[in-house]
Amino acid sequence: MNVVVCTKYVPNPQGTPTLGPDNLLVRSDVEGALDPGDEYGLELALQLVERHGGEITAISMGPDEALAGVQRALAMGAHRGVLITDPALRGADALVTARVLAAAVQRQPAELVIAGVESTDGYTGTVPVTVAALLGYASVTAVRALELEGDALRVERQTEGGYDVFACPTPALVTVTAGATEPRYPSLKGIMQAKQKPLERLTAADLGLTAEDLRSTQTVVEVVDAAAKGGGEIVQGDAAVARIVELLAEAKVI
Amino acid sequence: MGAAWVYAEMVGGHVHESAAELLTIARSLGAEVAAIALGPGATDAAAELGAHGAATVYASDDEVFSGFAGGPQTFAVAGLIEEHRPSIVLFPGTYEGRDVAGRLQARTGSTLMANAIDVVGTDRARTEIFGGMKVVDVQLAGPEPHLVLVRPRSVTPARTDGTAQVVAVPAEIPEAERGARLLERHEEVASGPKLEEAKVVVSGGRGLGGPEAFAMLDALAEAIGGAAVGASRAAVDAGWVPYSYQIGQTGKTVKPEVYIAAGISGALQHIVGMKGAKRIVAINKDADAPILKMADLGVVGDVFQVIPALTEEIRRRTSS
Repeated sequence: MNVVVCTKYVPNPQGTPTLGPDNLLVRSDVEGALDPGDEYGLELALQLVERHGGEITAISMGPDEALAGVQRALAMGAHRGVLITDPALRGADALVTARVLAAAVQRQPAELVIAGVESTDGYTGTVPVTVAALLGYASVTAVRALELEGDALRVERQTEGGYDVFACPTPALVTVTAGATEPRYPSLKGIMQAKQKPLERLTAADLGLTAEDLRSTQTVVEVVDAAAKGGGEIVQGDAAVARIVELLAEAKVI
Repeated sequence: MGAAWVYAEMVGGHVHESAAELLTIARSLGAEVAAIALGPGATDAAAELGAHGAATVYASDDEVFSGFAGGPQTFAVAGLIEEHRPSIVLFPGTYEGRDVAGRLQARTGSTLMANAIDVVGTDRARTEIFGGMKVVDVQLAGPEPHLVLVRPRSVTPARTDGTAQVVAVPAEIPEAERGARLLERHEEVASGPKLEEAKVVVSGGRGLGGPEAFAMLDALAEAIGGAAVGASRAAVDAGWVPYSYQIGQTGKTVKPEVYIAAGISGALQHIVGMKGAKRIVAINKDADAPILKMADLGVVGDVFQVIPALTEEIRRRTSS
């Protein structure tokens, strides 16, 4: 089965994010990484094609820096990479992003599209299902395990208090939760081979998208610093336990 | 201005608590307010929805709405939008809310704003970024209705004690629109108070090093009494505790009297879910951990020493 994995290159999650003068997240010259949430989906895709055959295409939308994310996916074992870079896509909202990814998915036959539940930088968590709906695919989100059964997928979806099992017809899109599986590290061989793998660079026009398709419908109009919370008291050593107990007593919870 | 609608999520035959919050926001917009409730129990939920300000409830009790992964709801909501043309639809920022709103966006071509904490007008919503350090207002444009996903527990629900007119929603959903079909449900039974309702939340992160250390937090919670145990995403991702423990952007939002963070560094993702606590205690061996900067009481120390000593001291106090 052929699988497309949607990936995103995000600023280092441990770093301090900043806004530019245009109120967009600064993404250039910022240390970044393949979104850790995407590695779980990629790992599930690798396990599926190892069992059932097929190829994995890793697609991504982002600036030139995002090439490093696609290369990481190739080093982990994806067969082909596609990066869509276009100045017109800077600040793209969820719908524009979904249109771009849907158009990119359609360029190769795939029975399954996998994405992370949400990105580590934006946390929108809706782009994958919008991609699915644009393509007319069934979708299941927050998936922690999946298996191919005939032409359909049997998937386990994480819920508030447990999990649900769904039968999902293909072609399908699933989003995969972190912790679904342990992502592999790229081997040295994988890293060397990645350099030889096909990697396409596309623009929005290459995907047949028009200026109208790329028009964002959300504009940040005001940014205010939230009321800063002053630093509290810091204690160490033997005094700590007594201070915590005092605080709990003040709060009348003990 | 067209109506302001609320997607009232049905869970296990009951309406999700987010519906009352969304109705409270919808009423503030000065528009006519309606709710959509789909799935078993929806008609009965209309009273509750009316009491929180819905003048109309579009409802169906049909099991097709609880037997698939969002497809039938999307189809039904799209039909209602086509017929009644509301200006804005508010969804809860839950998995189901995201699924339905996300799929709906592909049909309507409407803007979809996620992670809102408030809605100021039918074309303006508010969110927080960088773990709540900045408050951002976003202008919404494009075809109506605008779709907004609101973070649960962003506002306090207010009652109007009104009553709603119930309008039945057709439940004939074409096969091709249904999508993935639910086969089995598995509930893991949780013990102790609910995280969202507990007066004290004791929460563990990567610094605990493994699942065994959560027993230490259980013991502390028990000593305090009425406390619940939570976790950061790092601990859940590592598989140490189930997802139901997760506090943060992707998990639950808690607002207890006291929040005790043990071995949690304070990633923005986590802070969003607990910064509303009245008092925050953080224990971390790294003096530079961001969580210590936002704690009312920061303890630079080893959780494996501080937590058991604290548990012991509380037991001693309460038994004497």
